[in-house]
Amino acid sequence: MTVYLVRRLLQALLVVLAMSLIVFIGVYAIGDPVEILISPDADQIERERAVQALGLDLPLWQQYAVFLTKALQGDLGRSFVYNEPALKLILQRMPATMELAFGATIFALIIGLPLGLYAGLRPNSRFSRVIMASSILGFSLPTFWVGLMLIMVFAVYLGWLPSTGRGDTGTLLGMQWSFLTWDGLRHMAMPALNLSLFKISLVIRLTRAGVRETMLMDYVKFARAKGLSPARVTFVHVFKNILIPVVTVVGLELGSTIAFSVVTESVFAWPGMGKLIIDSINVLDRPVIVAYLMLIVLMFIAINLIVDLTYSMLDPRVRLESKGT
Amino acid sequence: MNMTAPTLEVRDLKTHFFTRAGVVKAVDGVSFSVGRGKVMGLVGESGSGKSVTGFSIIGLVDPPGRIAGGSILFQGRDLAKLSEEEMRDLRGNRIAMIFQDPMMTLNPVLRIDTQMIETVLAHKKVSKEEARQRARDTLGMVGIPSPDERLKAYPHQFSGGMRQRVAIAIALLHEPQLIIADEPTTALDVTIQGQILAEVQKLCATTGTSMIWITHDLSVVAGLADDIAVMYAGRIVEKGVVGEVLDRPLHPYTHGLIGSVPSRNKRGEALRQIPGMTPSLLNLPPGCAFRSRCPRASEACLTEPLLAEILPGREARCVHPHLEAPEAA
Repeated sequence: MTVYLVRRLLQALLVVLAMSLIVFIGVYAIGDPVEILISPDADQIERERAVQALGLDLPLWQQYAVFLTKALQGDLGRSFVYNEPALKLILQRMPATMELAFGATIFALIIGLPLGLYAGLRPNSRFSRVIMASSILGFSLPTFWVGLMLIMVFAVYLGWLPSTGRGDTGTLLGMQWSFLTWDGLRHMAMPALNLSLFKISLVIRLTRAGVRETMLMDYVKFARAKGLSPARVTFVHVFKNILIPVVTVVGLELGSTIAFSVVTESVFAWPGMGKLIIDSINVLDRPVIVAYLMLIVLMFIAINLIVDLTYSMLDPRVRLESKGT
Repeated sequence: MNMTAPTLEVRDLKTHFFTRAGVVKAVDGVSFSVGRGKVMGLVGESGSGKSVTGFSIIGLVDPPGRIAGGSILFQGRDLAKLSEEEMRDLRGNRIAMIFQDPMMTLNPVLRIDTQMIETVLAHKKVSKEEARQRARDTLGMVGIPSPDERLKAYPHQFSGGMRQRVAIAIALLHEPQLIIADEPTTALDVTIQGQILAEVQKLCATTGTSMIWITHDLSVVAGLADDIAVMYAGRIVEKGVVGEVLDRPLHPYTHGLIGSVPSRNKRGEALRQIPGMTPSLLNLPPGCAFRSRCPRASEACLTEPLLAEILPGREARCVHPHLEAPEAA
């Protein structure tokens, strides 16, 4: 187990290094931030001073080396725009995005699992067909449009939910969280639902496919031959087996939800990381872009590791193998 | 036959599958009975309806299949008429089933103790501790060493033979009156097969449990069963006491089956076989279902023969039974 973890961490390190290089070169290629940052009527001397102050006069490899050494000391650069450490800026916005992503995942599970289970157990019923057809909509409707429609219906026509912002926040572990207050929860409901639409559909389809497959297995028939109640067969024998793929996919999806919640955050003016990155790209605030991407890479690696560990908890066969290495 | 009433009496059982392409008569008018403590061998090729017969008895025929006719008298009650709830009460309790592939019958993500204790608790109001006790004792009974430790293991930590023993132990938890064994030794090594057969024989004799042993392996039936019924295309084509049927088969199909056992051939001789394959049950032509593969077929076979007593105590469904003296084997 320890060997396995060490190997995973070494792999992770290599991925981070490779990623930092790609990101750095990529961002460098996008364009010159000086054009945007400095007022057009600044003279040559002012320009050069600014370029020097930002370290943009060095050749690319030197810039990268400086970035890398600083990064190793936990300094991912200062934002050109806010003149604050990029990491701090991002971490300030992180709780907002995190709670949105987790909210969406919880929505996906509490809505997707029961519907998928039903559709799997009664594949020919009318309600199952409705579920499956709606899940196609969930996959294919663009997030921004659904977000606007949600605002139209729930905020404009019905006036039930607020349309923008985080609302009141509570403090936990020195960070601001919306889910701690009723007003914050009300603000969170719509964006979380919007973000979860795709995932709900995914969970429904995965669960349904899993149930359909598992129901045909001999061990389910054997469980019925033992005289177990249908509830026990479904919720213990079938459910525990379908959780394995669902956990894997939902876990991996969590990463992309955090990383790509940009659209939802923009539609609902949710002050999360996604909104920050879009603003930063608009003004070519390189350190923030780079720091954000690095952080996302780290997060993906961490989530993958957690998914693998959870997976081995659910599936005894995997558990034994990892012990052996 | 026994003086006492048989444990199970199947009369004219019809299990049909109503598919889009038509009605598949997987079991079409099957009758047999199993006496107390007796082992009945149900023999046939794949698709002959022997497994469906087993599933019909325990009430696990999945849609689009259902029991379309006949009765299944188990200790005087007609199982075909019971509600699902009443049936569930019998399953795993009075009637148990063992499946073919021991690698697939135990749930891979649940520990052995979970899978055994839930079976005990499904039918008996006992404490979890008592249920565990019962599970442990039963595991010991089927020859699993150190059952206490093995209870905490997962199925993948067992070999195939051990898994089948666990499955048999689960079937025995409530000392059922009837066990339906659907090719339980087919997936096992010969040595393990021998051990399991001996074990089962012993258990049947001591507990008085009746058994339906579904198989395509005649050598297993020869050693284990008291009676035999040979199925072909959803019907019983021959039945009788196992020794007599195997020594002197009446139906050409039984004859062919016995001839197909490799060890009965002389060395160097080409192996004998039954030509062709089992017909599709979807559009069974009228007449004897075996006639296209039968060396004795004639015009008379175009009308379906009935299962008739051809010799004393011997029934077969054939107009041209093998009545001549058995060939020297």
